[in-house]
Amino acid sequence: MGTLASVLEQAGMATVTLSLIRQQVEVTQPPRALHCEFPLGRPLGRPGDPEFQRKVIDAAFALLEAPEGPVLVDYPEEIVDDADAPFSCIIPPADTSNLPPAQAEAKGLLPAWRRANKTYGRTTVGKVVKAEQVPEMLALFTRIADGENWQEVGLPGDPTKVAADIRNFYEEAALALNDGVPGARQAESWFVNHTRGGEVMQRARMALKEQKAGFYFWYYLLPLTQHQDLDNDAGDDR
Amino acid sequence: MSDQQVRDELSQLEGYTFDDKPWVTPKPLNECRVAVVTTAGLTVDNNADWNPGDQAFTLLPDDRRDFTLAHFSSNFDRTGWVVDPNVVLPLDRLDEMAAEGVIKSVANVHVSFMGAQIDHTLETIRLDTGPAAAKALLDDDVDLVLLTPV
Repeated sequence: MGTLASVLEQAGMATVTLSLIRQQVEVTQPPRALHCEFPLGRPLGRPGDPEFQRKVIDAAFALLEAPEGPVLVDYPEEIVDDADAPFSCIIPPADTSNLPPAQAEAKGLLPAWRRANKTYGRTTVGKVVKAEQVPEMLALFTRIADGENWQEVGLPGDPTKVAADIRNFYEEAALALNDGVPGARQAESWFVNHTRGGEVMQRARMALKEQKAGFYFWYYLLPLTQHQDLDNDAGDDR
Repeated sequence: MSDQQVRDELSQLEGYTFDDKPWVTPKPLNECRVAVVTTAGLTVDNNADWNPGDQAFTLLPDDRRDFTLAHFSSNFDRTGWVVDPNVVLPLDRLDEMAAEGVIKSVANVHVSFMGAQIDHTLETIRLDTGPAAAKALLDDDVDLVLLTPV
């Protein structure tokens, strides 16, 4: 981000950079940076709060008055993520057919995902599979979690990307199961800690690690904030 | 477990520092045509997949709002984006500022790269795609760029 700002400034445009990781702009030294201690993924701070977003932009553009740089200023207000308070969602009754529990749960969540998709008009699902395929993908990860070789269950692509589709599906479905806007990481915590799908992905992540699937595959299967074997993460086969 | 854990991990990453620090003396804000450049990995045409290590960029036409967040990293919240894209790409806020006369105008085109690059020297962005994106913005007479990460 800081390096990119310098490239654009070098080309002749003034730049103002919002920062979410202070150390990064300290190192890369873009011409003007406003560090915002806001949740990662939310550089303007609060979704659905135009007034707050505007204050952030005003503070950023105020840096244009500095006579020389690099300029690095901290936005005075901080926002902390809500990972420790999982989003409150009532999961619809699972499909009663003879399916693995996580697959049945995801089938039951499809109507909620469709409602959220209709409400907001966008999705982050689709790296490898569509929402309708997520239940089937959970059946495959259930087999990995239960000990089958991850390369032999028939995943249609990079396991981390399929895992992202699963997680994003659940988080978007959650938007239709609770009227409120979730705080940052609240839907993530709900998925990982309060759903059968999340439980399967946590077990599958550890199974991939045990099968020596490679650092990239097991490490990025879930957000690092949700790894439940953190003490063992360091020094692995990166 | 929270963003602090991610920040702690990422703060150890290296970054590229230019020897010469570029500096443009900006125009007065109300004379600036403004674009947003984000590293959120936004795409057009419903493409949700952006590969790790890909230092290319996407042009985001200002008259569209149907972008897809395709960033590969699992380590940040996406629900804010789904509910309100302005929390990442504040085009509606810029439109309001242009209507108020705070800025002169909003660019016809914005840009997205993807952050969390494996190559911390960002050689392709510095020497190829970054200058190409800058040219696209300069061709649109952009004076001022607001950069947003995720």
